[in-house]
Amino acid sequence: MSPLQSQSVSEAGNARHLLQQMLRVRRLEEKCVELYSAAKIRGFLHVYIGEEAVAAGVIETLTAEDAVVATYREHGHALLRGVSASAILAEMYGHAEGCCRGRGGSMHLFDAATRFYGGNAIVAGGLPLAVGLALADRLAGRRRVTACFFGEGAVAEGEFHESLNLAALWQLPVLFCCENNLYAMGTALVRSESQTDLALKAAGYEIPAWSVDGMDVLAVEEASRRAVDAVRSGGGPHFLELRTYRFRAHSMFDPELYREKAEVARWMERDPIRLLQATLEAAGQLPEEEWAALQAEVDAEITAAVGFAEAGTLEPVEDLTRFVTSEPAISGGSGQGRDSKSRESRVAG
Amino acid sequence: MKTTYREAVRAALRDAIQRDSRVFLMGEDVGRYGGSFAVSLGLLEEFGPDRIRDTPLSESGFVGAGIGAALGGLRPIVEVMTVNFSLLALDQIVNNAATLLHMSGGQFNVPLVIRMTTGAGRQLGAQHSHSLEGWYAHIPGLRILTPATLADARGMLWTALEDPDPVLIFEHGSLYNVAGELADDAGPVGIDEAAVLRPGEDITLITYGGTLPAVLDAAEQLAGEGIDAEVIDLRVLRPLDDRTILRSVGRTHRAVVVDEGWRSGSISAEIAARISEHAFFDLDAPVERVCSAEVPVPYAKHMELAALPSVERVVAASRRAAGSGG
Repeated sequence: MSPLQSQSVSEAGNARHLLQQMLRVRRLEEKCVELYSAAKIRGFLHVYIGEEAVAAGVIETLTAEDAVVATYREHGHALLRGVSASAILAEMYGHAEGCCRGRGGSMHLFDAATRFYGGNAIVAGGLPLAVGLALADRLAGRRRVTACFFGEGAVAEGEFHESLNLAALWQLPVLFCCENNLYAMGTALVRSESQTDLALKAAGYEIPAWSVDGMDVLAVEEASRRAVDAVRSGGGPHFLELRTYRFRAHSMFDPELYREKAEVARWMERDPIRLLQATLEAAGQLPEEEWAALQAEVDAEITAAVGFAEAGTLEPVEDLTRFVTSEPAISGGSGQGRDSKSRESRVAG
Repeated sequence: MKTTYREAVRAALRDAIQRDSRVFLMGEDVGRYGGSFAVSLGLLEEFGPDRIRDTPLSESGFVGAGIGAALGGLRPIVEVMTVNFSLLALDQIVNNAATLLHMSGGQFNVPLVIRMTTGAGRQLGAQHSHSLEGWYAHIPGLRILTPATLADARGMLWTALEDPDPVLIFEHGSLYNVAGELADDAGPVGIDEAAVLRPGEDITLITYGGTLPAVLDAAEQLAGEGIDAEVIDLRVLRPLDDRTILRSVGRTHRAVVVDEGWRSGSISAEIAARISEHAFFDLDAPVERVCSAEVPVPYAKHMELAALPSVERVVAASRRAAGSGG
């Protein structure tokens, strides 16, 4: 019996919360697509539509102390980690109010307050960072977990293998979350990997690994909770292969010539949001008015975020060279709140 | 006290690890082996495997882990055996270390130090002998240090570790055995400015790192010929201290740049360009450059030596500059 079917009344509150989290990601990205088509936001835009159960299920099991590392398809991870939809959209508008002051864009969302470390547009580039963040926790004696999201395309990269090896060798607290949506850009897994059983690959590094139905948010949450608990209690790195599917193209430029429409349609029948909604409705745990209210709340959040982003301001061009190197602190300390210009500005001219 | 460049670097490492509990050394063979160039010999016994951390041969993985550890609040020193091998970690260095602060709008600085050897002269063939620090100096967000003296070998690491941003330190392989006097109380040194190591009036010789000894020898030889050469040790390739260069050229009116990298697209090209941009009317002669031959560094000793800047070539270039114009 799958977790979706076994959902009990006592857990319904959590299920409704997960439903709402997935819907927030869905609505945010549907809005992104709309804004992109209207040329309000530019650059590469990779949406997560169809994969929401992965981010929602995993991030739900983390604490505020934990860290998250993600890829260029990371709007959902950022949002569910606690970065506001307003800050995310403003970033895509290239506005000063964006979470990276307009210097990152869709593929490079970061947020120190929520320990969200990107936003990495190089496939597998985030994996060594996750290993290092976990090493820092280990050496400092902190019981924190670093969750690292990456696609199945990353397993062909050397950094995947180097990172899994290091994490296992040093028994570091990393949860590797492989979002297997079957296509590395436009290349199917079977065309790029000699071994397509990804959990088996991880197991080759002596890392406990499971494959999970990534369209079933409750299954993801359950597996993630088990793995996170094991990682946190000193069990070393763990690996989850989350079998999912993106309903949209790789990016807004992708004509999707590499897969059949029928395949997409088949997967869309397992839409993680509809699956959970239907289960809750069938169990009488999601009255129509409650579902309507939930949707209205999400819609209001996204509408407000668009308003925030629209009303944003542009960073002054005079600040172009800021944040290339750190700026001297005005009154001690480090990090933000610095006003003086980059130390390289004198040679920039 | 009498010491060597190698011992000065080791003393700097020991001192850094003792001073700050966030500091650790990580890299290939740094622990049990004692360092590929024996720089970290004895440190594993002194500090243990958490602080002196042997890594597998996976440059991208452990350099990236160093970046992550820096993000996580530590002060890693990552040793990469040679600059040639650092190319395996180029993605992490360029796309993450140099870039995260800017992409994150100032939220995530990367206080990481990466040390590596550079340069030729030991018959190691092309894949261990190149001088690519000029490439790294191309990249905004990195600070590039090239200690050539015992004082800098001893003192640059300290200051680099206090920099909130990534710093790459290039140690020329032929300098490790250089011996000399170092002050007993040698400590941190500035990492912003070039140094005038030999004042002179007639010509400015500009170099850094492994070619500094040859340039100083050339200056002595030139003095015997009545040409009083000023020698500038750049010390820092990024951000480049062009003020010191321009001040000197403004007085001597002649410049020779000596760089072990290849001439095309090199740091010497950048320096020559800055001189022509900012001191064109001070010049009495074209800027001369002495660089490596545009070949992968060969193994055979006579071929390798022929490829590299030499005292003779520096002297010849200086004579040309001194003889022309004015």
